[in-house]
Amino acid sequence: MADASGILLRVEHLTMRFGGLMAVGDLSFDARQGKITALIGPNGAGKTTVFNCITGFYKPSEGRIGLRHGEAALWDELETLTDSGERRLTRAQGTLYQLERMPEYLVTRQARVARTFQNIRLFPGMTALENLLVAQHSRLMLASGYTLLGILGLPSYAAAERAAIDKARGWLERVGLLARADDPAGDLPYGGQRRLEIARAMCTDPLLLCLDEPAAGLNPRESAELNELLLAIRDEQAMSILLIEHDMSVVMGISDHVIVLDYGVKIADGAPEAVRNDPKVIAAYLGVADEEVATVEAEVGL
Amino acid sequence: MAAGAAATRVDVARALRDAGFTALLSFGLFLPLVGFQTVNDFQNKLIVVSRWPFLFGLVAFVAIARFVFSVTVVTYLEQRRQRPVAARSPAREWIRRWVAPFAIGFVVIYPPLIVAINGFGGAVKWIDNFGIQILIYVMLGWGLNIVVGLAGLLDLGYVAFYAVGAYSYALLAKAFGLSFWLLLPLAGILASCWGILLGFPVLRLRGDYLAIVTLAFGEIIRLVLINWVDLTNGYAGITGIPRPTFFSIPFTADEDGFAAVFGLEYSPLYRVIFLYYIILALALLTAFVTLRLRRLPVGRAWEALREDEIACRSLGINTTNTKLTAFAMGAMFAGFAGSFFATRQGFISPESFTFLESATILSIVVLGGMGSQIGVAIAAIVMIGGTEIMRELDFLKDIFGPAFDPTQYRMLLFGFAMVLIMIWRPRGLIATREPSVFLKEHKSIGADLIGEGHG
Repeated sequence: MADASGILLRVEHLTMRFGGLMAVGDLSFDARQGKITALIGPNGAGKTTVFNCITGFYKPSEGRIGLRHGEAALWDELETLTDSGERRLTRAQGTLYQLERMPEYLVTRQARVARTFQNIRLFPGMTALENLLVAQHSRLMLASGYTLLGILGLPSYAAAERAAIDKARGWLERVGLLARADDPAGDLPYGGQRRLEIARAMCTDPLLLCLDEPAAGLNPRESAELNELLLAIRDEQAMSILLIEHDMSVVMGISDHVIVLDYGVKIADGAPEAVRNDPKVIAAYLGVADEEVATVEAEVGL
Repeated sequence: MAAGAAATRVDVARALRDAGFTALLSFGLFLPLVGFQTVNDFQNKLIVVSRWPFLFGLVAFVAIARFVFSVTVVTYLEQRRQRPVAARSPAREWIRRWVAPFAIGFVVIYPPLIVAINGFGGAVKWIDNFGIQILIYVMLGWGLNIVVGLAGLLDLGYVAFYAVGAYSYALLAKAFGLSFWLLLPLAGILASCWGILLGFPVLRLRGDYLAIVTLAFGEIIRLVLINWVDLTNGYAGITGIPRPTFFSIPFTADEDGFAAVFGLEYSPLYRVIFLYYIILALALLTAFVTLRLRRLPVGRAWEALREDEIACRSLGINTTNTKLTAFAMGAMFAGFAGSFFATRQGFISPESFTFLESATILSIVVLGGMGSQIGVAIAAIVMIGGTEIMRELDFLKDIFGPAFDPTQYRMLLFGFAMVLIMIWRPRGLIATREPSVFLKEHKSIGADLIGEGHG
């Protein structure tokens, strides 16, 4: 893993304590450009806490989270950035961000990390189209001259809004919800709401897309469709995806890299095949000590 | 459809059964209460007399009333429940489209219409007490609607910004002699500054806590106005506030007054009509800006904030700034309305800015339907116009005697009406939300999906 060229996100020694409870302990991992990285683990392993730290909803107790826009050589500057105490460092090759220093809205707006939620958080009383327009807030805000020009009805805003609607229409078509564009998001079926949330996250123009259990509550056919959608997003937009998932058909089917957490500690890190056969992972999922794994495996026929 | 029609047919047997049961119940209840009466006989002994005709008359009345209720109201409710929801009749579509232009047309021709009907003498009351008074509250309702209806922030101290606007105008106009048209935007800006000032510390609070702090803020402003006697003259209030002029022509009986300049006979009505059109313009400005804002990113962000704040934060929206703009915008319109109020009255005192005013404005917004412009306007007409119309019901004195004063019952009636409306339409008169933008088809969104906001 010495090769730093493809690394987009670098999590180092991330620790998150809630009072006496250590939710995440000294976690380090990388997410690579244009790859799907899955974060798995039993319930309560601290996966969502890691997400909340990356997206700025939590301030981690220790550790740093670096994200780069631009060339890989920027990683050499990470120490400079950390010592400077700033949120970001701009060089000719690009910009380096330190996410744990940023409030959540700037993580999305400037560092361009988008996320979805484990329990869907759409705007149920707004239409699917409006949901996608809210996601393009920052750009439209600029186009409306921070509202002042927009109130006067200048044509520049109308053009920006048309562009935003076109983009939203494209994403609605992409996730198969174009026919329901004018229906309130709360009226969509569960699978549709999941897909709309992904489309909404994509409308913020992210470089890193963080999905918290996107397949939860989906039936096998919908899961398979989700796999296709995520692979298409990865391949066509060269999108980097960080994924929390319990559904192993999704994880093993599309991930390029899997990280396994148990009690807030990383117990495995590697390609899906390697992780699947890792005795520690099997032990964590089956809930037995390492030395008993062979026996248990034999019993369940692995 | 046949099955549906059969099910909704008037169910006479059930209504009869219902009425019979009600009769039995009321008989049991009224027998001891009404059926027997203790009276003193001529020997001053207490004896029991029965009142069978009265008792049976009462029971029969209750039974018949129940029967009529079952046949009409219950059947109607059943039918309404079974009607398909999606159907959107062309008539309703037509109403939705034309109600606003008609309403605006009506309020524009209202003063000449009233003058034509009531003559010069009788028109002042109708334009001033009804027109101007209602329009002030329509404007305040629309202003608060931005904060409560769109952004979902419960503000119980809205009248504070109204007071800031009124006192800004009164003090600056008296001290520096500045004109109404200059001070109007200034009062709005000052009020929105206070909105931001209040917003900074309290917007991290949510729901009930935010409501309590805004309530306290409203009271603080009022108490400062009472106690800072050097500046505000305390309870005595500020008198002699300059009245508005028509391009610097005052509405007075002098020879350089409005009437004389235009060769008309002097009448106080001209000033009233002028004030009416000012507040009408201000109210329409509020509505226009609000409608525009709803289609701008900031307006969508307000509504998104009401729906789900955490999701907003995940989409790169600075929720603190967004809430502050809602507060500032709402406060600005209250400031406009306040400076209009000061120039209209010519006199202001802290008495005009009590919590009851905040409560009235908030109930206009809630009754009208949070977020709905037309709903808020209707609610303002009913609430404020209703209060005023109580003064006109002099014929009730003929029925209840000369001591009867209908205005004394207005709070009772309003409380009752409010309870009824909240039972009938728990989310306000117009609870549906109109999407700010659509791709193919404009569909209203039902109240059950729309969030109420949590602060």
